[in-house]
Amino acid sequence: MRVVLAEDLFLLRDGLVRMLEAYDFEIAAAVESGPELTRALAELRPDVAVVDVRLPPSHTDEGLQCALAARRARPGLPVLVLSQHVEQLYARELLADGDGGVGYLLKDRVFEAEQFIDAVRRVAGGGTAMDPQVISQLLSRRAADKPLGGLTPREAEVLELMAQGRSNTAIAGALVVTERAIAKHTSNIFAKLGLPVSDDDNRRVLAVLAYLDHGR
Amino acid sequence: MGIERRQSGLGTALREAVLAGVRGLGLAVLVPVGSITLFVCAVLSIAFILLGVGVFTTPYVLTAVRAHADRRRLLAADWADVRIPSSYRPFPPDLRRGVTGRVERCALMVKDPATWRDLRWLLADMTAGWITAFLPAALTVYAVEGLVIAAGLWHVLADTGYWYAFVPVGGQASALAAGALGLVLLGLGALYGPALLRFHFTFTRSVLAPDRAGEMTRRIAALTESRHAAVDTSASELRRIERDLHDGAQARLVAMGMDLGTVEALIERDPAKAKAMLAQARRSSADALTELRDLVRGIHPPVLAERGLGDAVKALALRFPLESEVTVDLPGRAEAPVESAAYFAVSELLANTAKHSGADRVWVDLAHRGGALRINVTDNGSGGAAASAGSGLSGVERRIGTFDGVLAVSSPVGGPTMVTMEIPCELS
Repeated sequence: MRVVLAEDLFLLRDGLVRMLEAYDFEIAAAVESGPELTRALAELRPDVAVVDVRLPPSHTDEGLQCALAARRARPGLPVLVLSQHVEQLYARELLADGDGGVGYLLKDRVFEAEQFIDAVRRVAGGGTAMDPQVISQLLSRRAADKPLGGLTPREAEVLELMAQGRSNTAIAGALVVTERAIAKHTSNIFAKLGLPVSDDDNRRVLAVLAYLDHGR
Repeated sequence: MGIERRQSGLGTALREAVLAGVRGLGLAVLVPVGSITLFVCAVLSIAFILLGVGVFTTPYVLTAVRAHADRRRLLAADWADVRIPSSYRPFPPDLRRGVTGRVERCALMVKDPATWRDLRWLLADMTAGWITAFLPAALTVYAVEGLVIAAGLWHVLADTGYWYAFVPVGGQASALAAGALGLVLLGLGALYGPALLRFHFTFTRSVLAPDRAGEMTRRIAALTESRHAAVDTSASELRRIERDLHDGAQARLVAMGMDLGTVEALIERDPAKAKAMLAQARRSSADALTELRDLVRGIHPPVLAERGLGDAVKALALRFPLESEVTVDLPGRAEAPVESAAYFAVSELLANTAKHSGADRVWVDLAHRGGALRINVTDNGSGGAAASAGSGLSGVERRIGTFDGVLAVSSPVGGPTMVTMEIPCELS
């Protein structure tokens, strides 16, 4: 799987390259600025891009803007955005086109190599990987509202993991229960939220986020 | 106002003339009563300071005088668009209570040059001010009298040798002449009534407003105060950052170093334990990062740096527990310190709202109008908020005061609360 990596800090870029290579990814390019990233994405057409939000020369949200522009040019281009901090505003912008294949993670998540690589693979496969911090903020904000208030604590837990982009199998693993139990929880959640049941991982996350967004 | 007047027809001009007349009449009746009473009371009260009684009555009387003057300032702005600056010295926050406090208050008020300006104004207001207010009223009233005479009142007046201006009222013909004159006067009133009323307020301003030197003194005092506030705020901010670093990230990094040292010692003897300690070290590093991140957000929020005020406030609202609506109309970005002050002011206002107002909805409006950043924060809560000393609002006021910003609060008990801030600045 070919990866384009954009990160301006040399140490982190180097570390990411080594980590990705250790998990059998092919590094098509490792760049350090916005214009380079735009060029690399257009020319190399990678399977997935891993991008830092803040990039030179402007040192603002240039990485995010480049990623969004690249996705406009090539809808569904898988992009995993890394950031020193997570903002719902940015998460919404990434999810806005509804094409899937996006991720938005705190940089610290690379500490957990296995989980990070899992997220990259999920995004490359058209799924989503949202940082638990974004999700828990969303959920706690909406906790007072009735439909979510109607969820049992366990269902809320499942919803949180589901919203991060995990599959039923992964959720079952994380909560140490059977996959059947998770399937039951998910259908309960969908019923309580009034969402049609779907097997598509990506669509169900978008549906959950769309629901959470609803009414703002 | 100006545009409306230019577009207006004869009807509107007449209505304005009548309005000016009525307002002038109101002023002409109320002005001397209020001003004379207050002037006499104030002079007597100040004279009685020597006898001791005045010390206790003077603050009350002078407060009434100030209220009277403030009411006129309000009318001037409402009726004639004349702005009269007010320049009363604020009381120091550590004013004592009881008898000493009373005496101090009295001394402070008597020493304030604005008090003497007020008294001078009262004197001018009951004489020249009265005449300038009476003129537009008299013009309208007298014009109406002429019309009434023409309409039939001349029957009664014909035998009394009554003169309407220079017209002796003797029969229908002369009554019609009086009516014509009345019409002319009404026309004059329509032409000059509002201007005359405005003249009254301009006159009031010339007497009541502080002179250049006074204005300067006030400005210097305000600047000194805001500089103190800025220095205080940044010093305490630095202390907070230092403490947070010391207790948070720094401590965690030390703990991490110790854990790693232990790992070094254990790695051969007890690999399992070493592995557990390594996991703990990694958790410490993650926690340290989280704390540093929060600290950065407290100093200069990332979205503010990356996107500017509009999106930063939107992001803030997303994290806010209440239902919120943000509208942004900013064609560019303000200077970083202004953006930062505005952001933290909004952040503090929102926190206040969440804590005290009992609201479930908040509206935030950001716009740039007339060379100033204008921010409105409105909630549907129970109201009763005040910008008094010690409240969160006064903190916000100090924060934006550094940039010559002003804050106005409208919060009647029962709600809603609307806080408006204006910070002069240019956008780039």
